[in-house]
Amino acid sequence: MSAVSVLAAPMAPSPIDAPDIDYATISPLLIVLGVAVAGVLVEAFVPRAYRFVTQVVVAVVGLVAAFGATVWVATDLPEVGGDVPARGGPTAMGALSVDGPAVFTWGMLLLFGVLGVLLFAERRLDGGLSAFTSQASTPPGSTDERRATQLRIEHSEVFPLAVFALGGMMFFATANDLLAMFVALEVLSLPLYLMCGLARRRRLLSQEAAMKYFLLGAFSSAFFLYGIALTYGYAGSFDLGEISTAVSNRIGGENLLLAGMALIMVGLLFKVAAVPFHAWTPDVYQGAPTPVTAFMAAGTKAAAFVAMLRIFYVAFDGARWDWTPVVWGVAIVTMLFGAVVSIAQTDVKRMLAYSSIAHAGFVLVGLAGVVTGTGLTSLSAILFYLLAYGVAVIGAFAVVMLVRDAGGETTHLGRWAGLGKESPLLAIAFTLFLLSFAGIPLTGGFISKWSVFAAAWEGGAWPLVVVGVVASAIALFFYVRVVVLLFFAAPQGDGPTVAVPSPLTSSVVVVAAAVTIVLGVLPGPVLELVQQVGAFVR
Amino acid sequence: MSVEPFIGLSALLFTIGAVGVLVRRNAIVVFMCVELMLNACNLAFVTFARAHGNLDGQVAAFFVMVVAAAEVVVGLAIIVSIFRTRRSASVDDASLLKL
Repeated sequence: MSAVSVLAAPMAPSPIDAPDIDYATISPLLIVLGVAVAGVLVEAFVPRAYRFVTQVVVAVVGLVAAFGATVWVATDLPEVGGDVPARGGPTAMGALSVDGPAVFTWGMLLLFGVLGVLLFAERRLDGGLSAFTSQASTPPGSTDERRATQLRIEHSEVFPLAVFALGGMMFFATANDLLAMFVALEVLSLPLYLMCGLARRRRLLSQEAAMKYFLLGAFSSAFFLYGIALTYGYAGSFDLGEISTAVSNRIGGENLLLAGMALIMVGLLFKVAAVPFHAWTPDVYQGAPTPVTAFMAAGTKAAAFVAMLRIFYVAFDGARWDWTPVVWGVAIVTMLFGAVVSIAQTDVKRMLAYSSIAHAGFVLVGLAGVVTGTGLTSLSAILFYLLAYGVAVIGAFAVVMLVRDAGGETTHLGRWAGLGKESPLLAIAFTLFLLSFAGIPLTGGFISKWSVFAAAWEGGAWPLVVVGVVASAIALFFYVRVVVLLFFAAPQGDGPTVAVPSPLTSSVVVVAAAVTIVLGVLPGPVLELVQQVGAFVR
Repeated sequence: MSVEPFIGLSALLFTIGAVGVLVRRNAIVVFMCVELMLNACNLAFVTFARAHGNLDGQVAAFFVMVVAAAEVVVGLAIIVSIFRTRRSASVDDASLLKL
């Protein structure tokens, strides 16, 4: 075919049809992005004295409104006929698929977003200043930095940045088109890179974390993009549905498809922090400001796993025999590595980072045992898992924010000895989150692990389930050791100090603890909800 | 005209970029290598667009350019702030975060 026929197609004056976009259905997404833009305007026009409070109010009210819109969209989703129950469907010319799983993920991400913004807004812990640096452009320890602190200049830009990242996550989980998925991936990542470098204390670590996250993140998204290019070369379209048809019919060169799938998988495994693409996780979790770590740990993982499920269950479903062995291998290595290496950690934030790696492995177990249809499918089990894990991880990092000494947060585990005597309630809350990570009954973690393993077992991935149980046992040993340290070890020196938080952080810890218990004791309604969301619609 | 030479060139550029990210030590050069990888993707997109006879791939190339520009803004902001602190943009010097 000549270039002329493609580029200079006959210029008949055919009318251009406006794309068909159902604005009401995607209103939660539009509200979140609108709130982010409003945050930028607040930054430009509101006087500095009122800026921080205005930003918090705009972000929280906007996210709650978006949550309301999500509930409204969810109740209105039409049922789709077919052999597998599903609701909703593609909109915006097929670029977005507003289906059951997407809408559930929106609600989940908005919950994480509100909890995260409340942590961002905490200003009582550090003498009336937020956890973010006064002016990121000043070098640490310089007179400029001290002056900015004295003048109480604050980076209230973190709120629009966080809301942009949240919008990107929601977009990522909904995208039904590989190109839209790439744009969403960048929209969620770029603000996170910046927010990682904004810590008030230990700024060198924070800047280093930002650079590592940025360089490795950009590297992995280039792999993701090349995978998209090769898949486009194979299928001739970015649309997941059309790729699925091409894969089922096995058109074109097999090698192109295999290489494209492998490269897309590299990009996604990086975002969910699976071995061998996990190297950034401990450094970034440790160096980033703790509220950002909390938000990122919960949100990125949820969005990236839903996008991964969508790509592999919708577009590459016909090539399941090609990708399943890879997922098996990665899941086994990730679970064992995360569990074993977390034993050696002496820093609380690094320990939680390795625990998040192990959890990525547990979710991959659910992905490998493919169960579709009615009842407890892989998809519904994983959605429940992401909710329970995300809430617990936000709660755990909120506790980390409160244990402090003169230099800010004290994250060395040795310094946490005797926390049970200093502040029993906080120690009990942290214990609850750890037990949920370990998967002890009566916490959300138990039900989520059980449902993922049950789905994988039914899908024929029983060796993975066995490895998962072994890895859980290894991790349990470590979590129990930390609990013993909190309650029974003698404190070092004068023991840990617990800062008195404002109602913002306290409410986050209380909500996270309450949700963790409710998901463990009365999981029925939420389990029913995730089973009703149905399959992905392409 | 066959697409193989173009895809071969794009794969070569992508590999040069990936190897550069792994072996170079200056953050700016590492970042330039990432940009080279993105441009290799663009070449693949337009080649496949030609092969399939649709415009999707060419549109994708524009999206990638816009995203790459946004990435430059964020990346240079981070690298410059580190350079101001350390007077060095070497990725080996930034090694405070360890086990």
